[in-house]
Amino acid sequence: MNLYAIKAIYVFEMARTFRTPLQSFASPVISTILYFVVFGSAIGNRMLPIGDVSYGAFIVPGLIMLTVMTQSVANASFGIYFPKFLGTIYEHLSAPISPFEMVAGYVGAAATKSVVVGFIILAVSFLFVSLRIEHVVLAFLFLIMTAFCFSLLGFILGLWAKNFEQLNFVPTLIITPLVFLGGSFYSIDMLPSAWQVVSMFNPAMYLISGFRWAFFGVSEVPIQVSFLAVMLFAGLFLGIIAYIFKTGYRLRN
Amino acid sequence: MSSVIKVRNVTKKYADEKVALADLSVDISSGEIIALLGPNGAGKTTLISIICGLTTLTAGNVFVDGLDIEADYREARSLIGLVPQELVLEPFETVMGTVTLSRGLFGRSPNPELIKSILENLSLWDKRASPIRELSGGMKRRVLIAKALSHEPKILFLDEPTAGVDVDLRRDMWRLIKNLKATGVTVVLTTHYIEEAEEIADRIAVIDKGRILLVEEKTVLMERLGKKQLSIDLDKPLSGLPTTLMDLGITLENDGKKLIYNYNVDLSDSKISEILLAIRSEQIQINDVHTEQSSLEDIFIELVTEGQS
Repeated sequence: MNLYAIKAIYVFEMARTFRTPLQSFASPVISTILYFVVFGSAIGNRMLPIGDVSYGAFIVPGLIMLTVMTQSVANASFGIYFPKFLGTIYEHLSAPISPFEMVAGYVGAAATKSVVVGFIILAVSFLFVSLRIEHVVLAFLFLIMTAFCFSLLGFILGLWAKNFEQLNFVPTLIITPLVFLGGSFYSIDMLPSAWQVVSMFNPAMYLISGFRWAFFGVSEVPIQVSFLAVMLFAGLFLGIIAYIFKTGYRLRN
Repeated sequence: MSSVIKVRNVTKKYADEKVALADLSVDISSGEIIALLGPNGAGKTTLISIICGLTTLTAGNVFVDGLDIEADYREARSLIGLVPQELVLEPFETVMGTVTLSRGLFGRSPNPELIKSILENLSLWDKRASPIRELSGGMKRRVLIAKALSHEPKILFLDEPTAGVDVDLRRDMWRLIKNLKATGVTVVLTTHYIEEAEEIADRIAVIDKGRILLVEEKTVLMERLGKKQLSIDLDKPLSGLPTTLMDLGITLENDGKKLIYNYNVDLSDSKISEILLAIRSEQIQINDVHTEQSSLEDIFIELVTEGQS
């Protein structure tokens, strides 16, 4: 195991984050504050509580997941795409690094950044709403697993993308709609029954539901199903990455 | 000298069926500087890319220090440093940051003293905290070399190392490469500058259309394939060439004012003495005599032209 390589990639990627703190941390936090102001305060005050949870508190897990999922995809895809774009990827390909080590470095850094942003949003949310977390350890575990899972997806996207347009295509047109329609701002139970069935095919719904369960003890689907969904996604994404490295798809000629 | 790299019957065929390397075999000796010469698209960079792991091979084997580059990729790659042709560097990263990354990627523990020594040798120590984007082209080239040397490789590949650099830097690079050789590093370089190969290489490999045309010691190559030309400027032009001189292979040029005699560098039986005696016996007055030797460039062009025909 080339631990020095994992560390080198991880440190390098984290250093890039701290070189651009406004983009890395301030931007998602400001976006989230705006969501709180609009959905939590302005609209939220007119919304009925969901169960015994106020609407303002209800959207906190969804907002965190929304940011963690989109940030994970963006961080990991950019992390691996940028060396491809610049041509510096030659060094990774000529180094004694296994695919696993490369994934560990890039995905580890991307997931770390997303989790840090998630914590910042959680801290900010305490300024706006009264909040309780019933299962702190599980919430933390779920957050890490989701960040890891979507960072894997971002890594695949970065390997696949041939240009910046493709790099932005998936987060904008696929990930964001899935997360928005996965119950970030509402309970699936609030939808008409037909749309509830459609939502069952939205993978983001299982993750948001599981994370919300860790906060309030209530969820759209059983927590076990949410965990299983995370594991399935992680397994699927790891399999795709293994295939890419085995075949050299868009990496080696 | 033992072979540190063995390329055996390597073929590289791309998806569009274009053959970049065709059953190519070559040995590279430990501690030598070998220059790969060839026209654009000859397969030089493809060969380097395969050995370094950037490109997969279609058939054949490559061994680095006895290690198969596919089966034993970790050990094999850890012995190799690569300086690419393009100035591919992260513009916002610092010199120290990017060189430190390189050492880590190759699985080596941090060694600030070594990095300092490498940067000092390449006159980059003062720029260690500078972002790459603020460096000149020559400095960026040196950063790439520093990155390649950061994990103390046994073999260094330099793909067009002096492309686009000024004369002073080019000579600095040559000095650096010779110093690396002195420390036991094997250097494989591709170059378009024949002068560069002539200056620093121990051996020359000529590649064209994915095949090795020859691999030869530079000095042997120059002697074997190099040609010399004897030019004799005459005091008065000749209306015709005397038979005695014609029989010796002399030609008359420049409106009868110059005698030309071509001969091989390694021929000990050149007819120069006979020619001079014949000129004397023909009572031809000479103004000046000089010789020219064909350069490696002339030899290279001749080889490639012959190969293409």
